Amino acid sequence: MSLENYPLVRDWLHVKNGRLHLRTGKVDLGQRISTALMCIAAQELALPFDTIDIDPVRTDDSPDEGITSGSNSIEQSGAAQRLACATARQWAMTAAADALGVEVEALSLEDGQISHRGTNDRCDLLDLLVALPADLPVDAQAPAWVLNGPIPDAMPRGLRDMVEGRYVYVHDLERPGMLHARIVCPPKTDAKLAKLDPTVVTRLEEKGVHVIRDGAFLAIAGPQEWQVVRAASSLAAACVWDLGPELATGDIFQAMADRDAQRFSVVDGKPDPDAPLPPTLDAPAYTETFERPYTLHGALGPSAALATFSGGQLEILTHSQGIYFLRDSIADSLGMAPKDVVLEHVPGSGCYGHNAADDAAFEAALVAVALPETPILLKYTRSDEHGREPVGTAMAVRLEARLSAEGHIDAVWMEARGDTHRGRPRAGANRAGPARLAANAARDCDVPRFVPEPNMNRHAGLHRNLDPIYTFADKRMVKALVPDLPLRPSALRCLGAPANVLAIESMMDEQAVAADDDPIAFRIRHLSDPRDIAVLEKLRDVLALAGPCDGPDASGRGIAYAQYKNAMTRVGVAVDLSVTEVGAVALHHVHLVADAGRIVDADGLLAQLEGGVLQGASWALHERVTWGPQGRESLDWESYPVLRFDNVPTFDIHLIDAGHAPSVGAGEASPSPTVAAIANGIFAASGLRLRRMPFDADAVMQAALQA
Amino acid sequence: MLSLRVNGEEVQISTDPDTPLAYVLRDILKLKGTKIGCGLEQCGACTVLADGEAVQSCATPVAVFEGRDITTIEGLAASAEGRRVQQAFTKARAAQCGYCTAGLVVKVTALAQAGVPADRDRLKDALTGHLCRCGSHPRVLQAAEDVLERKA
Repeated sequence: MSLENYPLVRDWLHVKNGRLHLRTGKVDLGQRISTALMCIAAQELALPFDTIDIDPVRTDDSPDEGITSGSNSIEQSGAAQRLACATARQWAMTAAADALGVEVEALSLEDGQISHRGTNDRCDLLDLLVALPADLPVDAQAPAWVLNGPIPDAMPRGLRDMVEGRYVYVHDLERPGMLHARIVCPPKTDAKLAKLDPTVVTRLEEKGVHVIRDGAFLAIAGPQEWQVVRAASSLAAACVWDLGPELATGDIFQAMADRDAQRFSVVDGKPDPDAPLPPTLDAPAYTETFERPYTLHGALGPSAALATFSGGQLEILTHSQGIYFLRDSIADSLGMAPKDVVLEHVPGSGCYGHNAADDAAFEAALVAVALPETPILLKYTRSDEHGREPVGTAMAVRLEARLSAEGHIDAVWMEARGDTHRGRPRAGANRAGPARLAANAARDCDVPRFVPEPNMNRHAGLHRNLDPIYTFADKRMVKALVPDLPLRPSALRCLGAPANVLAIESMMDEQAVAADDDPIAFRIRHLSDPRDIAVLEKLRDVLALAGPCDGPDASGRGIAYAQYKNAMTRVGVAVDLSVTEVGAVALHHVHLVADAGRIVDADGLLAQLEGGVLQGASWALHERVTWGPQGRESLDWESYPVLRFDNVPTFDIHLIDAGHAPSVGAGEASPSPTVAAIANGIFAASGLRLRRMPFDADAVMQAALQA
Repeated sequence: MLSLRVNGEEVQISTDPDTPLAYVLRDILKLKGTKIGCGLEQCGACTVLADGEAVQSCATPVAVFEGRDITTIEGLAASAEGRRVQQAFTKARAAQCGYCTAGLVVKVTALAQAGVPADRDRLKDALTGHLCRCGSHPRVLQAAEDVLERKA
């Protein structure tokens, strides 16, 4: 996709001031994609790492590679960059051969220098690349240069600055004449402003702050940040909201089960609107339902953006994952031409999906348009972020299984049910872009209400990893979209995979236990792909070396396996944990084996796997959004607990270097099997089978009482 | 006017004395390495040293810090411990998005200066007021252990 739209080498790289500049449409969210792209260029062009830069990702300059999501960046931007660099290398070698009057075969390339072997004749690669023809197309057949060569040990881009406090986030930007801004966050996104005490507005304006109002959208701007924070609180206190219809409360899973759903048969990982819905199994040996509540992205730093409206042009610096779609959605919302709206990605706090970044960018733009020629740095507060960001979709997965006479699982029926995972502002029917920006629900504008369409892509949304990786002879799968549940949902790291993998891997664990079989051997018996099997065999070896799970009483080891989207990184994981007397789950050790194909940046891969395990553990043990009839109630870190340092396990991670296989994304590979391994570990430790996340102390104690 | 001592320098500040220290550091003194994550003293991102003690700066009024010696992430390299902690974080590559990192570097420096032993369980408890959402925890613990072990 990336190369189809951007077929020239110059689309992907250029040399400026003696340095190689890489161009990409994928943005760095802390997942180190920029470091990985630099590794690829360093390897393909044999360049020292410190001669490579990444150009800013801007809608008026960079290749449009859509959204940075779905663990797709290595396969899309990475593959394009590798081919562009390989093409550039071939061109430079030929140019050097011409310049030196020798054959290409007589040349070697090392450390940025092309040398005529056995002589002192040489050319500087970057000097040559200055003259790279502007119309040179990327050669899709250009051979990757150092297959199975050493993996560059790259210092993560920006790390030193982060450690020394010099790394610049959007929150830290300064511009001459800049004003700070805050929104007044209504209790519900669709609340109307019934009354606003005008004397409060006058008093604030007399103090030198601006009050911006568009319908029920309210914001404050002023020169000093703390003054603006205080003013926003005063203004909030002066608002009387018409909250509209109450949010439905009670058991979200019951509500989901009771509602009509748009249901599709999922065939080979893809919903097929023409295929009949598969019937449930006759007399299944196993029928259970697994549930995951609404969760937050919960970025550590609340969302922010810097916007300036000048001469009819809007420039927005944002940490959005999807600046191209966001540009179009903002332009549409404001009746502007997309070319008059320029977005640039700048670092923000890690986001893990579609959080409030896009809303904050639009809201900064609204303030900027109201105050032209003035840079506006708008930031959310913690409660804005917790209360307004789109949530990860609540899901229920029902799984039935049938066993053959030999104890082999030969049929499953599964249904993944829930609201959409697709709430990002992007073009679609009924002005879907503007409809998915929170402020448009409050503004005086005629943007229609957002109605989700089912995502029919392979392994997307609710049905991500619904199709079991195992060789069950008869697989019947249903995706069931239930729109209009109480909270606004969107994409959160892994989409439907955690709930689906929890269901499949819990079932596998229960069947292995019922068969008195080893959990790894049981899984291998249901696999045929050699790389799947290799991961689990390696995990078995790693565990044999580590010895049995040790720890206090009521400790146990849980195993799980998954390949993200049945197509990306393979992860086998074992979690050693114990269950305390009060039902708390203490994590001790994590043993993990991963195959991500050809490794690009080994340390970056390890970091993503570790981080994924810990985020998965946080979902498994803690995270759940709560709300009442008048809005969300989990508005800070006390009311929305997450995993903390005191429950961080030790890690033992092994990478399988599949140098022959294409590099695949790894950012979302480990959370889902971790969730399942923790559920299986709790069973191993306590005999309690938990099927509704989070598995917090209350849930464990309740399960114990019912056991 | 308030007098503060920040990173070894005396500064005079004209501000509402209720302004939390972090806003003074960032917005007035332009020391933006200190991050604001919650404004509620719940996440640790805003941690600075006050007379060597790691404290959160996002909610406590600046007036409370008058007469105390404030060190922010920018001033940490002035001490041997601070430099060693920064090197250990770099070596362990103990950051992903990095938003929590400055607060953790400051906190671990305070632990090193206090001579806390390199005991993993005690370390985990000591850092538990700091949130990280990317999952850099194991590397932060590794970096902290490296520093504290060499100290012992």
